[in-house]
Amino acid sequence: MLDTLILSRIQFAANISFHILFPTITIALGWLLFYFKVRFDISTHPVWMRAYRFWVKVFALTFALGVVSGITMSFQFGTNWPGFMESIGNIAGPLLAYEILTAFFLEATMLGIMLFGFNKVPRWAHTLATFLVALGTTFSAFWIIVLNSWMHTPAGFEMRDGVAHATDWFAIIFNPSFPYRFTHMLIASALTVSFLVAGISAYRILRGDNKKAPRLTLKTALLSAAILAPTQAVVGDFHGLNTLEHQPQKVAAMEGIWHTQRGAPLVLFAIPDQETQQNRFAIEIPKLASLILTHDANGELKGLNEFVGKHPPVAPVFYSFRVMVGIGMLMLLMAWWSSYRLLRYNSLSPLQLKILIGMTFSGWVATLAGWYVTEIGRQPYLVYGILKTRDAVTTVPGEHVALTLVMYLVLYAVLLTAYIKTLFWLANRAVEVEEYDLTLPGLAESRAKPSAPTGASL
Amino acid sequence: MSWLTAEHLALIFGSLTAFSILLYAILDGYDLGVGITLPMHNEPWRDTAIASIGPFWDANETWLVLAVGLLLVAFPKAHSAILHVLYLPAALLLIGLILRGVAFDFRAKVKANRKARWDYTFKAGSLLATFSQGFMLGIYVMGLQYNTGSIIFACFSGLCVTAAYAMIGNAWLIGKTSGELQLHAIKQCKIAGVLTLSGILAVSAINPLVNANVFQVWTEPPMAYVFAAIPLLCFAMFVIGYLALKRLPLPKDHGAWLPFFICNIIFICSFLGLALSFYPFIVPNQLTLYQAASSRESLLIIFWGAVVVIPVIAAYTAVAYYAFRGKADNLKYY
Ligand code: HDD
Ligand code: HEM
Ligand code: HEM
Repeated sequence: MLDTLILSRIQFAANISFHILFPTITIALGWLLFYFKVRFDISTHPVWMRAYRFWVKVFALTFALGVVSGITMSFQFGTNWPGFMESIGNIAGPLLAYEILTAFFLEATMLGIMLFGFNKVPRWAHTLATFLVALGTTFSAFWIIVLNSWMHTPAGFEMRDGVAHATDWFAIIFNPSFPYRFTHMLIASALTVSFLVAGISAYRILRGDNKKAPRLTLKTALLSAAILAPTQAVVGDFHGLNTLEHQPQKVAAMEGIWHTQRGAPLVLFAIPDQETQQNRFAIEIPKLASLILTHDANGELKGLNEFVGKHPPVAPVFYSFRVMVGIGMLMLLMAWWSSYRLLRYNSLSPLQLKILIGMTFSGWVATLAGWYVTEIGRQPYLVYGILKTRDAVTTVPGEHVALTLVMYLVLYAVLLTAYIKTLFWLANRAVEVEEYDLTLPGLAESRAKPSAPTGASL
Repeated sequence: MSWLTAEHLALIFGSLTAFSILLYAILDGYDLGVGITLPMHNEPWRDTAIASIGPFWDANETWLVLAVGLLLVAFPKAHSAILHVLYLPAALLLIGLILRGVAFDFRAKVKANRKARWDYTFKAGSLLATFSQGFMLGIYVMGLQYNTGSIIFACFSGLCVTAAYAMIGNAWLIGKTSGELQLHAIKQCKIAGVLTLSGILAVSAINPLVNANVFQVWTEPPMAYVFAAIPLLCFAMFVIGYLALKRLPLPKDHGAWLPFFICNIIFICSFLGLALSFYPFIVPNQLTLYQAASSRESLLIIFWGAVVVIPVIAAYTAVAYYAFRGKADNLKYY
């Protein structure tokens, strides 16, 4: 017999990891498109429309992948985790229902108008549709993060016969970790999109695209990243403090603190060893962890020894955390360095362009790493303190789960390859398109006839 | 809110779930149907056919999310019992939906010589999704168990649903296209209609024979007389539809939407027929609506949300259909 529990966990992790890649892009890209559209409406300068048209294609493709992988998610709860709904269905149910009612229908319906309606509806209606799509994706993120953060810091409920009953919906929605998690996720999305846009624009420029649009989008993306990256670090710090309050064993695993101590060092790198309960090859900065987490160089940090049998596996949490923070730092450096050069000389060096191309998908890696920290760090619980993961799993035979898992993995590998290839192919095709004539006297007329001078294919 | 008892709520949510399944079958039915019968020999036709569903398919699939979501939140026990049995066909359904959803978008963006490949993917994905839905329906009707008989019946039901979606998909195309493609759709719609009719007849004969209480519902007076109106209406629609298809296309495109309208009624009748056969069970012969419902407080929360939001959804859906009224032209991204 194959182990249904392990397989279901792998399958859930694979599905949600695949799903989250696409919303992470669409949440922030929707707002970026809205920004391009508004700038176009105000200035009628065709470069904004160029930017819009290129990125709306990326949006459409990403959205499609998000939707289909999302539909898979909505089956997962019933097929693989029946115990989840049985015990906390009274909380999770309304939250999921509100997500469908207020977010999914809105974005899915408005998307049609946004993608294909430019010539069919008045211009303001098209801008409004773009706005509503962005709003819809943000609502989705809101409801699902409410549910997820409630699973980490449950509040506003009481248990009767092993079933959670809601007592206070305000407390459920604004549960203690929600504000941090939601902000952190939105900024993660914005950073991911910044580096995606910067990477693809840099690729076009390096391939000899001399048009205005890629330089404009590159600049927009880098300047946003320069502001967002430090903000994310600060928000992440607050997020960590909040976690320390509610899930100290998760923080102990993230920091690799095996034994309760005062003046704990910040472990930059090490190999955590579960057997001997020690870090091997540790590179540390003395007292810094205590300083960051308790704001006192000699503050006491609880170690994993206080949570025997109740703490998560250390190594995956520990490494993932370093991947996330490492990429966050890299993003900060790169955004500042390139923004500086861009503001000073109005162009980037080939080396910078190449690094940016290399970092096109760095946001994905950081986001996934962040989720692994959060989610693995909650183990062995599914709902912190209430429901253990192993008590929620399905009784479907392991063989069936294994079979579907393999099908999903193959499919995801193919789709991810096709997605990334298509992005670069779209970029290549955009390189070859002619620049519109910037001196064209008719440009001001486009205010009256929106589709005329901007009607090129990109 | 004392008049809203737990029984009322169970019935309301049962109807709401049924309503979203029906709407899903009609709406995604037509766009899956367009996918199933995608003309592989003619690329401009393919472009037009796909353009006709472009702005809608995403919202159509959201009804499936709502149906599964309502089942999950209002009848969690039924949700896990049903999906537990249908685990593998549900996975195939999802894979079909994934393939067609992404193929739809990739085809418009990849190199020209790769386009046909994604069109085949679109067609294959639509077929897989449709057949799996029919198969799941078949297993459900047979009381959610697998044995040789039920699997044969489920495969047959898979074919019937494929025919029905092909019928409604082509009826949609008749309304949305003109010229050669419209003629082609009329022809296909006729064939699919005949197949669907035979399928419905066969299922209506088999279902009461294997399920004793289904037999009772349809034969026990006095309600049986009232219920008899449903199959009669359904068969009348097939006759009228066939006559209409023989005359189409008419000058000035009169009546081009009639087949689609008729298909809607056929879908509604068939669905009502099924729903009546199983009421009050939500898991056939095991669990009734009333036994499976979740707690009253959380249903109430969702109920008020739905009362406010569903009219809004209906309104903006109407706006979207209005914006894209008329014949499908080549869709471009703007
Ligand atoms: C709505 C809730 C929800 C949300 C938004 C997320 N998760 Fe999660 N996650 C769960 C709800 C959940 C869960 C249902 O609670 C699981 C299933 C089994 C488990 O251990 O918890 C879970 C487990 C789980 C595991 C397995 C943990 C382990 O086995 O130790 C991983 C790796 C992830 N998730 C990863 C993610 C990623 C990459 C996410 C988003 C980007 C994410 N989760 C968001
Ligand atoms: C933090 C994790 C998640 C976030 C931020 C998120 C966000 C989103 C967003 C923004 C969309 C819109 C489509 C897109 O932009 O690609 C979407 C789609 C979807 N998501 Fe998620 N989601 C998350 C996890 C989940 C989970 C756990 C479920 C399972 C219940 C789920 C179910 C869905 C469904 C069904 C869709 C398709 C909606 C449609 O038809 O438009 N998502 N999600
Ligand atoms: C550089 C400084 C950063 C710090 C200090 C930081 C801190 C944290 C912490 C402590 C958590 C775990 C929260 C928990 O235990 O529940 C977390 C989660 C997460 N991080 Fe970061 N992070 C940083 C950068 C980033 C970056 C650059 C991204 C992505 C672009 C990112 C994306 C995420 C995501 C998606 C999660 C999971 C969702 C959540 O719990 O909010 N983080 N982060």
